[in-house]
Amino acid sequence: MKAIVSVIGKDKRGIIAKVSACLYEMDINIENISQTIMQDYFTMIMAVDLAQSQLKFDAIKDKLNSLGNDMGLEIHIQLQSIFDSMHQLDTTSKGL
Amino acid sequence: MYSSNEIIETINMISQQHLDVRTITLGISLLDCITDSKKRTADKIYDKIMSKAKNLVKIGNDISSEIGVPIVNKRISVTPVSLVAAASKGHLEIIRTLDKIADETGIDFLGGYSALVHKAMTPYEKEFILSIPEALSTTGKICSSVNVATSKAGINMDAVALMGKIVKDCAYRTKDNDSLACAKLVVFANAVEDNPFMAGAFLGTGEDDTVVNVGVSGPGVVKTALEKVDGDLTEVAECIKQTAFKITRVGQLVAKEASKRLNASFGIVDLSLAPTPVVGDSVAHILEEIGLESVGACGTTACLAMLNDAVKKGGIMACSSVGGLSGAFIPVSEDAGMIRAAETGALNIEKLEAMTAVCSVGLDMIAIPGDTPAEVISGIIADEIAIGVVNTKTTAVRVIPVYGKKAGEYAEFGGLLGRAPIMNVNTNSPLKFISRGGRIPAPLHSNKN
Repeated sequence: MKAIVSVIGKDKRGIIAKVSACLYEMDINIENISQTIMQDYFTMIMAVDLAQSQLKFDAIKDKLNSLGNDMGLEIHIQLQSIFDSMHQLDTTSKGL
Repeated sequence: MYSSNEIIETINMISQQHLDVRTITLGISLLDCITDSKKRTADKIYDKIMSKAKNLVKIGNDISSEIGVPIVNKRISVTPVSLVAAASKGHLEIIRTLDKIADETGIDFLGGYSALVHKAMTPYEKEFILSIPEALSTTGKICSSVNVATSKAGINMDAVALMGKIVKDCAYRTKDNDSLACAKLVVFANAVEDNPFMAGAFLGTGEDDTVVNVGVSGPGVVKTALEKVDGDLTEVAECIKQTAFKITRVGQLVAKEASKRLNASFGIVDLSLAPTPVVGDSVAHILEEIGLESVGACGTTACLAMLNDAVKKGGIMACSSVGGLSGAFIPVSEDAGMIRAAETGALNIEKLEAMTAVCSVGLDMIAIPGDTPAEVISGIIADEIAIGVVNTKTTAVRVIPVYGKKAGEYAEFGGLLGRAPIMNVNTNSPLKFISRGGRIPAPLHSNKN
């Protein structure tokens, strides 16, 4: 299962390090990263693959949420299909 | 891969602009539950719905968590109970059963305590309709609808006259809760068989055994998108269309996945801009963003016509099967902008009626004085239904004559149903017209001028 992790918040040291480490601990592979500073806000988008992780989706979400709370960041994880649906025309063969 | 902007756009739509899937509605046919025994019919209904819908709430919550989009309600719609109960006359047993199912499954609403009497009522259908006030006043989640007209059959004015009395009876029986039962009852013209929205959802006889119909909403998303448009109305319409496309895509994804997990067929996606009382989730505010000082101003009907049409065009392109009521809803009590316009006097019932000629559905969630006579309510119904019949569209009436309250006071319903300022009604009597009964013949479908 492919998912998108998005991290939004005030820029500070260690964001990439801590989020990557958290994903690594859950056996989640990062396939792509992009990051920008938008209106003073650090914005990082990670495309990840959940196939190797033993954890359920809700558990992964909880871990990332609590990391976000600790660091004062907003961290979302959503299945890639929601973005495929909204931003690509051809989604006929894809499900969740 | 998409750009960061696209991902942030989606996240903002959900977190700040109230994009939501309003409902996953699981339609369940009860035609195979019909027997001539009241108890056996009720037992079969219990077994069938529980076997199909016991995981509906969990599946809805799972999908919501995975894609990060709220799925606000999980609902069930069933074959009109007047058909299912006709052989046994067991509608009161069925209402108890449906109430129990609604509690045990944890769903939000169950629709289909309905009758289709657009040409005439059988004696049993009349008996059934007379039971609606008891059904709605003694249950919490059951919704009822009655189709009193179609463009092909005309308007059953006997049913229209009866429904005025039924609405009053519902109001009286729930007088301690601002006549809340009326909020769960809709009178339709040209009712659709695959509507996921309440109170009017039922599963038509032309539908599959188990069907997932999904309703998506997002007035706030459309309003935010329009804030960036400085151009002419062609550009405004295009912006609405593109936004509607994106919103409907979310519905398509949810409907596909829900139908797979529920082992049901994919019915339709209904993109209806359905407001909630929350700030930033208002259809009225879209119209004001387009350029009206207040909803209700001259120009409102034209604005709404464009909005409704653009929403349908974007939605149809986005989804393999669009249905239900798709368009813009204008329920007064559920829309912060409508409530304000009704309070300031910018919006009255007559303007709302004109607006319903160009938008989805009709006179919706309008609180009127509790002493409004039954024949005046029938007159309101007849006018609204005539708009639907002549224009070959669905229209509906959901008015609440709030027992013991007068114009200018408030009805408080809470939750998605909101609060409504009680609006003035023209009380010149239509008694003779309504008392005549009979049928208004179907209109001519050619030579339209």
